[in-house]
Amino acid sequence: MILKSFQVLNVLPAALLLAGLSPVVSAQSGTAPADLDVLRVQGNIYMIAGAGGNITVQVGDMGVLVVDTGLAADSGKVIAAIRKISTKPLQYIINTHFHPDHTGGNEAVRKAGVTITGANVTGNLTDARQGAQIIAHENVLDRMSAPTGKESPTPPDAWPTETYTAGQKEVYFNEEPVQVIFQPAAHTDGDSLVFFRHSDVISTGDIFVTTSFPFIDIDHGGSIQGEIDALNRIIDIAIPKHEEEGGTYIVPGHGRICDEFDVVEYRDMVTIIRDRVQAAIKKGMTLEQIKAAGYTKDYDARYDTKARIGGADSFIEAVYKSLTKKK
Amino acid sequence: MLNVRRLPLVIGLLALPACAQFAGSFTSVGALDLSGNWTPVIMEDQPERIPGPELVNYSGLPITEGARLWAESWDASRLTLPEHQCQVHVAPYIYRGPLNLRIWVEKDPQSQQVVAIKQYISTYEQTRTIWMDGRPHPSPNAVHTWMGFSTGKWEGNVLTVYTTHIKQGWVRRDGLPESDRATLVEHFIRHDNHLTHVSIVTDPVYLTEPLIKTQDFLLNLQEGQNWLYPCEYVEEVSGRPKGEVPNYLPGQNPFLHEYADKYHIPLEAALGGAQTMYPEYQLKLQKEMAAAKK
Repeated sequence: MILKSFQVLNVLPAALLLAGLSPVVSAQSGTAPADLDVLRVQGNIYMIAGAGGNITVQVGDMGVLVVDTGLAADSGKVIAAIRKISTKPLQYIINTHFHPDHTGGNEAVRKAGVTITGANVTGNLTDARQGAQIIAHENVLDRMSAPTGKESPTPPDAWPTETYTAGQKEVYFNEEPVQVIFQPAAHTDGDSLVFFRHSDVISTGDIFVTTSFPFIDIDHGGSIQGEIDALNRIIDIAIPKHEEEGGTYIVPGHGRICDEFDVVEYRDMVTIIRDRVQAAIKKGMTLEQIKAAGYTKDYDARYDTKARIGGADSFIEAVYKSLTKKK
Repeated sequence: MLNVRRLPLVIGLLALPACAQFAGSFTSVGALDLSGNWTPVIMEDQPERIPGPELVNYSGLPITEGARLWAESWDASRLTLPEHQCQVHVAPYIYRGPLNLRIWVEKDPQSQQVVAIKQYISTYEQTRTIWMDGRPHPSPNAVHTWMGFSTGKWEGNVLTVYTTHIKQGWVRRDGLPESDRATLVEHFIRHDNHLTHVSIVTDPVYLTEPLIKTQDFLLNLQEGQNWLYPCEYVEEVSGRPKGEVPNYLPGQNPFLHEYADKYHIPLEAALGGAQTMYPEYQLKLQKEMAAAKK
């Protein structure tokens, strides 16, 4: 039975779906035991929500590739959800950035996978098969590890096993070209967009979210201009099918499945607030004055989490610090 | 704007809580057939619907302060950006414009039960599916569309439709936003060859109370014209820096007073808000304007 895009595929009712029963099961129906929401996006791509950051899953004859692994505490549920989608070997993990709500499950999910090696490393090198590969920008490895002799913030088994430093990393898997595209100094200093070219889906990590203002991690190399450039890059790649709708679908770092126009509205908001802060700085206003001016007020009811991550105050502060940073 | 002649009917429909309106199973008993081609009757709110609303005319709309600020920073030139040129009026707004509307029914071939009522709206070539088979609305994480996800049921001879998963759009096309958290309840009421469409928009982000509007249609026995609306973006402003988003900085919208000055009404009235929807606001304005003259 072929499911249409976006029909909700909850973890538990998957067997019912395969048995040809009702293809539409609401996530609000309370039947998902793992509290995870599993949705088919389109083509070979699924989205798992509810385990921290969104997880993108690509499945096919060759195996399973996942983008991000969610929180460590939810890895058991995540692995179970992936296994409901496909029982093929989990071969690749791609990390969009280093934050623990996106990489926390690396260790467990990697161990649930396998590396299919070439003939020249078979034989007695049995450990070469253990665990899936983890691909990320070099800066993700830097953030997750530590120099020799110092304590690492994450266990070595969670670290990226294959990194790239500029441009993009290319993977061809499940009859699909997958581009891992570096976006410098955006949400962090190690962000990657992951573009599934055949399925026509972009997984954005936290460059784009629908649940809050952008969290620009200035302390770890993020910047407002990099964030805007990255959003515009997503818009450049995405092609709508009809009247600014459909076509390329976007899996955000947090929140719902989107298409290009959703990113456009978000890009507009981020750019407009950047313009306001920039004008205020030119007028000589201080950070506190800018925060008090209410420059996000038209978006607060939609995006302000009132927390450090995704809150209006921290967003304004990040924009201010980005724009006043000495070059 | 609500037509006061239909107020009792609308109030009666509104009196039903949303959950009651959608509880219970599908029934087609007593349902009218809405099938056919329908042409809008645009006397009601004509200045807003055909020439288009004037800039900074937010009167009669229950908008939040945030919505007002959003609209004040909106520069109409934003519509010249390639990615905005083909943006569609969302379901709660699309019936306001000039359009041809075709309605038909899709039935299960085995049981002849109605599965869905479909609508084709010529403006922007939008197809709406109103599911009548009792299916639930999808997960909040599912994609949002211009027309949203709709389920319907017959309440007597009134087709009541509930829509979620609508993209961000606008409440009025002079920049007043409607968020992607808005939901829509509609009533389609047929009287012979006349169709009344009542829409009730609830938006927790940009409206302080539900916005109720009506639109009317006449059955058109001819096939009609203008069913197509192909949209392809072009470069409208050459040399614009990449990533630029036209907007007015706070306090710098040059059109802020234009509408109010043209019609000699206080700016406060032009800037809208729930109080400007109600008849008693006219009395308040008259008093304030008389006091100002003294």
